[in-house]
Amino acid sequence: MIPTREEWYAALEARHGGDLQARFSAACVAVCGLGGLGSNIAVSLARAGVGKLILIDFDRVDISNLNRQQYKSSQLGEPKTEALAANLREIAPYVTLETHDTRLSEENAPTLLAGADVVCEALDRAEEKAMLANAVLTRLPEKFLVAASGMAGLGSPNAIQTRRVTDKFYLCGDGESDVGKEGTLYAPRVALCAAHEATTVLRILAGLDTTEREGS
Amino acid sequence: MVKWNGEALDLAGKTVAEALTLSGFESKRVAVERNGAIVPRETYGDAVLRDGDKIEVVCFFGGG
Repeated sequence: MIPTREEWYAALEARHGGDLQARFSAACVAVCGLGGLGSNIAVSLARAGVGKLILIDFDRVDISNLNRQQYKSSQLGEPKTEALAANLREIAPYVTLETHDTRLSEENAPTLLAGADVVCEALDRAEEKAMLANAVLTRLPEKFLVAASGMAGLGSPNAIQTRRVTDKFYLCGDGESDVGKEGTLYAPRVALCAAHEATTVLRILAGLDTTEREGS
Repeated sequence: MVKWNGEALDLAGKTVAEALTLSGFESKRVAVERNGAIVPRETYGDAVLRDGDKIEVVCFFGGG
């Protein structure tokens, strides 16, 4: 039986405290790319009680995704936006979801991301990651950007870190493991990087003094 | 001298695009921070590095 909205938020407030939960509930986070990073980020943020998620991906669920992404074998062929929205609604029935079944570009990013407080870069190809990061940093400078670089292969989990590059730009990952060199991505190491991104989002929303900038 | 990813290098007078190439970076895979501000990609070819600049190149690797 699905709990009522009141029961749901009472449980979150019991965990987080009323003030913190109010910050999470009021927040809107964009998840750009719904693969191994994005699907795990979205699940974490929905569970934590973030009020609204903007989910953006152009792809459909493929059998090659199931080794690490938060989809089910019964969802093969479905648009990732729809499949993830369905899964999130089962996990967290009162999260507000806005989905865009489209490929992000420099042109559409400012419009699609306009409503977000924090933007999570969770794309796959290096060129697209850099495109989105540059688009957000130059065209949406008021947004927080949390991006990821380097999580492929089976290198040490301890190599995955979060650092603050500029005041509003955080980068998670080991900074070197490219999927082209490492060959593939493994569920726990990608999820670990996704957890860095999702934790950083919650720290931003909580207004915590986040990681010191390197070299400053 | 220019502080380039933490290393003092003789890059003053070079453009960001030239310095990226010299350092082995692909300009389509990076974001460049200069003295705390992001350098717009379309200006890499014109932005000339000056003595005392502090540059950080964030390089993106595939996977997600």
